[in-house]
Amino acid sequence: MLIEMKDITHIYELEEPVTALKDINLTIDSGEFIGLVGHTGSGKSTLAQLLNGLIEPSEGTVYYNGQDIFAESYNLKDVREKVGLVFQYPEHQLFEETVADDIAFGPKNLGLDEEEINKRVQRSLDLVGLDYEEYKDRSPFNLSGGQQRRVAIAGVLALEPEVLILDEPSAALDPTGRRKLLSLLEDLHQNMGLTIILITHRMEQVARLASRVVVMDNGRIALDGPPERVFQNQEYLQELSLDLPALTMILNRLNERGLDVRKDIFTLEEARDEIMTALSRRTVDKEKGLC
Amino acid sequence: MSLIELNNVEFSYEEQAEPALTGIDLEVEKGEFVGIVGGNGSGKSTLAKLLNVLLVPGRGEVKIDGMLTSDPENTWNIRQKVGLVFQNPDNQLVATMVEDDVAFGPENLALPSAEIRKRVDDALEMVGMEGYQSHPPHKLSGGQKQRVAIAGIIAMLPDCLVLDEPTAMLDPLGRQEVLNTVRSLNYSEDITVIYITHFMEEVVAADRVLVMKDGRIIKNAPPDEIFTDPELISESGLEVPPAVELAAELRAAGLDIPQVLTPEGLVDVLC
Repeated sequence: MLIEMKDITHIYELEEPVTALKDINLTIDSGEFIGLVGHTGSGKSTLAQLLNGLIEPSEGTVYYNGQDIFAESYNLKDVREKVGLVFQYPEHQLFEETVADDIAFGPKNLGLDEEEINKRVQRSLDLVGLDYEEYKDRSPFNLSGGQQRRVAIAGVLALEPEVLILDEPSAALDPTGRRKLLSLLEDLHQNMGLTIILITHRMEQVARLASRVVVMDNGRIALDGPPERVFQNQEYLQELSLDLPALTMILNRLNERGLDVRKDIFTLEEARDEIMTALSRRTVDKEKGLC
Repeated sequence: MSLIELNNVEFSYEEQAEPALTGIDLEVEKGEFVGIVGGNGSGKSTLAKLLNVLLVPGRGEVKIDGMLTSDPENTWNIRQKVGLVFQNPDNQLVATMVEDDVAFGPENLALPSAEIRKRVDDALEMVGMEGYQSHPPHKLSGGQKQRVAIAGIIAMLPDCLVLDEPTAMLDPLGRQEVLNTVRSLNYSEDITVIYITHFMEEVVAADRVLVMKDGRIIKNAPPDEIFTDPELISESGLEVPPAVELAAELRAAGLDIPQVLTPEGLVDVLC
């Protein structure tokens, strides 16, 4: 197991203290793709920040590769290198004059030599699908929103993390930008072997990409399992003001209307086949006078 | 006379070689709900800004209720008729209390205070935020903030609401709140709505949808015509709502079903 959170409680000590996380126990294995969902204020972002050591929990322990990351003997820099965090609207944090300088900022802080830094900048740009020669000297501020976001993600990838946490990475992108970003995540997971934690409100993305869904509510983990199981809890998810993937919603309603279709399907083709089969079954039953 | 009329409009930003908008002809009637979709950089936001004189066209003309936006004398009147709502609610709220924020516009109209009070209360009720008068805006959810921003415009009694990706930064609940609010303002108050979005499912119920690409309107048609045209969708970098996609798959597999745009519609035709 790569990450373990044990008995985590986190309280923000404000004028009125806010309990952001309560009794969280969570383990994450290397290579998982986790969709982390929950309505605004449910604790997702606090959880993400604990995972890379940005904030220390009020109670409990976070282990990375078996090591307590908040122990005195542990260097937090290590976990921040291993767990890359892409905040919401990461392009707001671009600041250098050229794309290459912006991506090089993290590796420079790691104290790497210039050759290694250049190598990483090239590789990261390549990973996010931007041509190195074409983009390296451009100002990040003259790029499109989707391109800026890719540059920001490249900056995190240049740290060569093992885990990538992304907070609503497709927000405010157009459909093309959204599609490209999702296939980038798929690629980083499948081909680069990154462990990915995707925080999002878009359940279609979770259903399509994640092998595991963690649902947060009020600082606790409300549901945790594969999408096929988690999205069965229609009423509970609605109580938590969460959407269902559109296909799940359609299949659920068909069931309510008496068409016997499976509800744990997340691809268009499977849904089509399932509905066609169910419809032909129904026709046969009707001919036999069964309903 | 149409409420909004654009004739052969062209607009260029100084630093860019290519015009951001070119050859735009458009008429919008009072009470319509018009969706605008298109990729980043297709000209949607520029078009929105032309409608309330944040920008003035370089060529052609924009008329609001017959008034030319290029005549500075009209600016004030046009801004009262056409209100603009942006993506980020945090950038639109300035006061420490909700009611002060909503009152900001009417106060600038130098109305009597009783009239301002009434407009603020009415506007908050219309967006479903009655009772929040003395709340600090920063403690509201994203959807609530966005509805307060809309109330601030409604308090000016505009004819038209132009919304530029108003739900892009909101969670599903906030998105639904804002969309319901806008729909009811259109339906019950007869406010004309121009609604820009990257979420296709938000405009399937619009009266018509404009598809923009490279600074032009490449299609202007009812939603069912737009979303059942795969060529147009892929050419303009859009996507099809999931229900439409599934319906197309089922049709291709030999099922004889009519055009549908929503999950409810699809379920209805299937059983």
